[in-house]
Amino acid sequence: MSDCAETLRELEPFLDGELAEEVRHHVHHHLDACPDCQQAFEFHLELKQAIRRKCSEDALPDSLISRLEVCLTEDFDGDGVIGDEG
Amino acid sequence: MADRSTFAATAMEFAPQLYSAALRMTRNRADAEDLVQETMLRGYRSFHTFTEGTNLRAWLFRILTNVYINKYRAAQRRPDESDLADVEDMYLYRRVPSMESAAASLSAEDQFLDLFTDDEVKSAVEHLPESFRLPVLLADVEGFAYKEIAEMLDVPIGTVMSRLHRGRKAMQKELYQYAQERGLTD
Repeated sequence: MSDCAETLRELEPFLDGELAEEVRHHVHHHLDACPDCQQAFEFHLELKQAIRRKCSEDALPDSLISRLEVCLTEDFDGDGVIGDEG
Repeated sequence: MADRSTFAATAMEFAPQLYSAALRMTRNRADAEDLVQETMLRGYRSFHTFTEGTNLRAWLFRILTNVYINKYRAAQRRPDESDLADVEDMYLYRRVPSMESAAASLSAEDQFLDLFTDDEVKSAVEHLPESFRLPVLLADVEGFAYKEIAEMLDVPIGTVMSRLHRGRKAMQKELYQYAQERGLTD
């Protein structure tokens, strides 16, 4: 696989770690030789990492922590079973 | 068969991830809290069906996704998917040159994407129509495999891939609009 269009078609599955070993190897090979595709792949890797980083850092609210603690430790409907809805 | 008495101790570890995902799904704090609580309760109640040694995190996210789809989705206004149809591939990437002067202000250790605030990236995810938002969230933020996402959403793997592709293009377009609004483009 030396064609840029063909390589770029594999960009997403490549970054998602979903390519079969053989195809993955071909993509690597092309990227080593093609600065344009290399640049596109790096940008999209950074974007994927930025989405992950910026979307997974919400602090767990204290109110939710207490709600979870209550519902996972108390038999609050009195049926002898913890966690069941009343 | 997993023992219920160990559920709270093992599952609570994943509560922060579940809550972040719930916020992106419901787009508001009150529903996100309810969604996580419902997920944990259902997890507790059906913990006997969980096979020990398999992926608890994936199991909990499957419950989260199911509860969201069944309980909250119907109540929320759905953005129009049709206007996403013809977004160009690599939309933002192709426009990086028009943001060169803004990028010049970044420090050496910053990446280009640091031009965008956390809130802008979150908002770009949250603005996606739901059929694209869930795959993007599960793949990019949570790092699940296509096969796992296909099972969670009950769609074929090919559908996961095409929705991811369209969702990511739409996100790039949305981010570029934020850049334009903030005067980061030439």
